[in-house]
Amino acid sequence: MRIAELNRQDEMIYPGHNACPGCGAALAVRYLTKTLGKNIALVLTASCWSIISGMPPLTALKCPILHCPFPSAGSVGSGVRRGLDARGLYDTTVVVLAGDGGTFDIGLQALSGAAQRNEDYIFVCYDNEAYMNTGMQTSSATPFGARTNTAPYPLYKEGEKKDIMQIMAAHTVPYAATATVAFPADLEEKLKIAQSIRGFRFIHILAPCPPGWGTESADTIEVSRLAVATGFFPLYEVRNGNEWRLTVPADMKSVSLSEYLGKQRRFKEMDDRRLKKLQHEINRDYERLLDKVAKFSAEV
Amino acid sequence: MAFQMISGSQAAATAVQRVGVDLVAAYPITPQTAIVETLADFSAKGELTGEFVSVESEYAALACCNGAAAAGARVFTATASHGLAYMHEMIHWCSGARLPIVMVNVNRTIGAPWCLDPDQGDSLSQRDTGWLQLYCANAQEVFDTVIQAFVIAEELLLPCMVVFDGFYISHTYEAVDVADEDEVRKLVGPPVFAPQVIPGQPGNMHGLSTGETQLKLVKDRHQEMLKLPRLFNEINRAFEKQFGRSYNIVETQIPVGAKRAIVAVGATAETVKWALPVLAETGLIQLRLFRPFPTAEIRQVIEENEITELVVVDRNCSVGMGGIFAQELRSALYELQRPPLVRSLILAGGVDLTEKMLLEILQSTGNEENFALRWGDEF
Repeated sequence: MRIAELNRQDEMIYPGHNACPGCGAALAVRYLTKTLGKNIALVLTASCWSIISGMPPLTALKCPILHCPFPSAGSVGSGVRRGLDARGLYDTTVVVLAGDGGTFDIGLQALSGAAQRNEDYIFVCYDNEAYMNTGMQTSSATPFGARTNTAPYPLYKEGEKKDIMQIMAAHTVPYAATATVAFPADLEEKLKIAQSIRGFRFIHILAPCPPGWGTESADTIEVSRLAVATGFFPLYEVRNGNEWRLTVPADMKSVSLSEYLGKQRRFKEMDDRRLKKLQHEINRDYERLLDKVAKFSAEV
Repeated sequence: MAFQMISGSQAAATAVQRVGVDLVAAYPITPQTAIVETLADFSAKGELTGEFVSVESEYAALACCNGAAAAGARVFTATASHGLAYMHEMIHWCSGARLPIVMVNVNRTIGAPWCLDPDQGDSLSQRDTGWLQLYCANAQEVFDTVIQAFVIAEELLLPCMVVFDGFYISHTYEAVDVADEDEVRKLVGPPVFAPQVIPGQPGNMHGLSTGETQLKLVKDRHQEMLKLPRLFNEINRAFEKQFGRSYNIVETQIPVGAKRAIVAVGATAETVKWALPVLAETGLIQLRLFRPFPTAEIRQVIEENEITELVVVDRNCSVGMGGIFAQELRSALYELQRPPLVRSLILAGGVDLTEKMLLEILQSTGNEENFALRWGDEF
């Protein structure tokens, strides 16, 4: 998709929002709201978007935004859906928007509860891999080896990034998919699929963060593209917890992990041992994913 | 109009069913469980107008109510003790967001150690959250107060907590005059408050504000809450007309000439009522309201009856300061020309109030070291 092909009439985001230059989260929500259309209600938990959305009565979006406390997004979404239903507004798409903290960490219980109840809304996690709004502290979505302000040099994030998609798949939700800003057509398609299904839908969007990751503002799309090419962040979808489909294959033979990490200052002190460990983790997860995809395509 | 032998918990659930709500979101905790189960029963029989959702925590229950109320729905939840404490962040948020949520809290001690007895510290520790707090002394009061709470909350756009003692009220069966749906809905009517989430309309509800904006909003809430006494009396006039019963913010039973009174809240007020005949020249002042604090009403009672001595029964304790109702009363009565002596009986842990305790306290000479403050374990 080219920028020229985007229909500016459908934009749901106003110019002059509060995001940093090159913000992946701002771009993600621009695509998100544009694709889902005017009849949406957005539940927004504490995250960068709490600031990006502007100070009331100003607003950055042309849809209603309901801010909610950090751990509550999944539950507030359940309430808004049911409240709108009570008013007969069945056609409004309810979207819950949370960062990785509000999804992987403090919001996990509410997310799990809502997913298990198969609540009828789309939960969108824009994942910038740390608590960026508070200034780059480690979350359970931070990748192994990255430096954060709660794991400053010579420390680094210990432990692997939590696999939220497997957790969602284990809840057998009707639809869960990964996406990132370098592939807007893929994101748009997944959002349209999600919008056409009822029940709990989960979209996990990798959203590069220039100040947090230590990348150039102009490199957001390139970094996002490399995350997919290296297999670091595969693009796929899973229906009903077991129908796995890869939507954009990785290209691990032509793009090395160091190329991806080299663009980010948070991985600056990554030594060979850590690089190998991260590479091993990526290979292992990607193979597992391909196995699931192959198993499913063999069944169909 | 029909009398039923039901528990306080069933009275609360029945009131919610009679009012008609769009959503009940709840999580079980002793001693509140029977409220949730009774509502689930109504739902199973198709008698609940709205949805019943079993959520994964108390926090989720109130968060779900928050979302639904913001979308314009009438909602209800109930909890107790640790459940209420776990909701704390959402309790603040719902008040700041001006959502007319009604919640029952059944008093139970907060640990450690685990304890099931009805200490009031759970609800009293939510004092500064901006919720209205109404306290009930029996199952009839529970039924009536839950109905009134919806009118109050929706009129003031403030969340309202209806509070009663665990077991003493929640699990005790009493004859309750249970009005039918039509009668109750004649009084309550459908929800009329404006939704905060309006599809198709931009709105940035509860996003980042400045301290100056917060100050204005807090002042608004404070001034709005202070309208409760007038509203309470209006509602009770209408209630009286419909059901033949009504309530005062401060209920009194003061024998002619009595210059001292026991102040009690919730089930202990009933205990005091029974003990009054053996307590010489002593009255009862029952507080039904904690927030807003009924300062003017209590001052009026003290002045009109020329009360010189109060014994405040506190089934709670603010560690480091003492009984919470005693503190609040001292503060409310300080500016009176002749403020009464405020003595305190602390029954933290929700221990029983006995006639013996009251007799011993009232017979004291004034020279005892523990004259001003007695603990329930000293008798």
